[in-house]
Amino acid sequence: MSIRHGLLALLERGPRYGSQLRTEFESRTGSTWPLNVGQVYTTLSRLERDGLVAQDGEDDQGHALYSISDAGRTELRAWFETPVDRTNPPRDELAIKLAMAVGAPGVDIRAVIQAQRHHTVKAMQDYTRLKAQSLGQAPANRDEVAWLLVVEQLIFQAEAEARWLDHCESRLIRLAEAAATEPEPGPPPGAAARTAGRSRTRR
Amino acid sequence: MSLHVPSPAAPPLTVDAPVLELRSLTRTHGTGIAEVHALRGISLSVYAGELVAVMGPSGSGKSTLLTLAGGLDTASGGQVIIEGQDISTLGRKGLAALRRRSVGYVFQDYNLIPALTAAENIALPRELDGVSVRKARKEARAALEEMNLLEIADRFPDEMSGGQQQRVAIARALVGDRRLVLADEPTGALDSETGEAVLALLRNRCDQGAAGVMVTHEPRYAAWADRVVFLRDGSIVDQTLTAGADSLLAAGGAE
Ligand SMILES: Nc1ncnc2c1ncn2[C@@H]1O[C@H](COP(=O)(O)OP(=O)(O)O)[C@@H](O)[C@H]1O
Ligand SMILES: [Mg+2]
Repeated sequence: MSIRHGLLALLERGPRYGSQLRTEFESRTGSTWPLNVGQVYTTLSRLERDGLVAQDGEDDQGHALYSISDAGRTELRAWFETPVDRTNPPRDELAIKLAMAVGAPGVDIRAVIQAQRHHTVKAMQDYTRLKAQSLGQAPANRDEVAWLLVVEQLIFQAEAEARWLDHCESRLIRLAEAAATEPEPGPPPGAAARTAGRSRTRR
Repeated sequence: MSLHVPSPAAPPLTVDAPVLELRSLTRTHGTGIAEVHALRGISLSVYAGELVAVMGPSGSGKSTLLTLAGGLDTASGGQVIIEGQDISTLGRKGLAALRRRSVGYVFQDYNLIPALTAAENIALPRELDGVSVRKARKEARAALEEMNLLEIADRFPDEMSGGQQQRVAIARALVGDRRLVLADEPTGALDSETGEAVLALLRNRCDQGAAGVMVTHEPRYAAWADRVVFLRDGSIVDQTLTAGADSLLAAGGAE
């Protein structure tokens, strides 16, 4: 996740110090992805090394202030203008789990799907309560609007997962029905001894 | 990820009787080889203040459950108890009165009366229940206003869009002081913003003390409920618990 660009975006609004950036990052995103101050300073020093931010004196309390450079503004602009890459999706544990569950001996894939659906819908209930709470107070400033967007992103993602689970279940049922009406394929020649006692063997 | 999730409203006091109770409910259609078990023994209690969502694949018995709960169809076995009364003991007139007084029902296909305007559709059940015409009309306008529909008060169903008809049907179910609101896919014809507004209304009505059961296949809307019941082949196979008892985030279970 791009803490780098998040910090640049906050610095575009004026010079800030480390723990202030952390607080602002979290109020934008509702502490969905908490930062520690160490991460903030590490990122700031890399940004400084790359010439995207510069130290810019201290405030009254002696906090070291950072400000964005012209190169930093160019970098930030490019970030907003470039779509987030989705062509190289991260490994998804649920997709891998279901892929492995297909035809796995002793695994009831519908039970796997239902357990996940339960968990996902429950998470959506939690997010929806957060959202209702946020809407109940009518978002008043940009932090609250930003946070609402983040919560809704969580809801949409969970929804996509729940719908995909429904889809998996109905596809599996259709495939099972189709398989049940097809004639049972005979074992390959010579395989009978090895597969004896097993209902299905895949290789 | 770490989110602070607000706790749901206080769980219903279990000393209160449920507003709706289904006991070992079954419904069978046809006989012999044509026999279809639409419901195979459903038990479910819904308390005042609670919104329950029913999810399940098409044909799993969701609409059957709702029509039985609303006294619109007769069970093959088991009992439906509304506000402490076994509805099979009420007789036709008693049941009709209970339905008008206590049950708001939103049908999957709206079911508005074509010869009546939006406002008249909403006022009719109240008038039938003895509320004065004046008062019923006033309530109807207030209900339409709540749904942002006042401008179509005098239109007939065939002069409304599907989404408008659906919202009028919902206003009709919510008008008056019904303690039980049953809704079959109430968001079916609605775009996501209107669908959400409808859910907010249902939620609000339950927060004010009604008991609600909503059938939906959309997880986004089910998520507004306190409890989600999963139906498969006429049976309840699973449900999420009320009152966030297994709230994964509160338990710190999210990665
Ligand atoms: N009047 C009827 N006659 C025969 N079968 C019916 C009748 N009504 C419903 N069914 C069957 O009962 C099952 C449950 O239907 P329904 O409650 O409408 O499901 P859902 O609303 O979940 O799609 C389905 O298999 C359906 O075909
Ligand atoms: Mg149905």
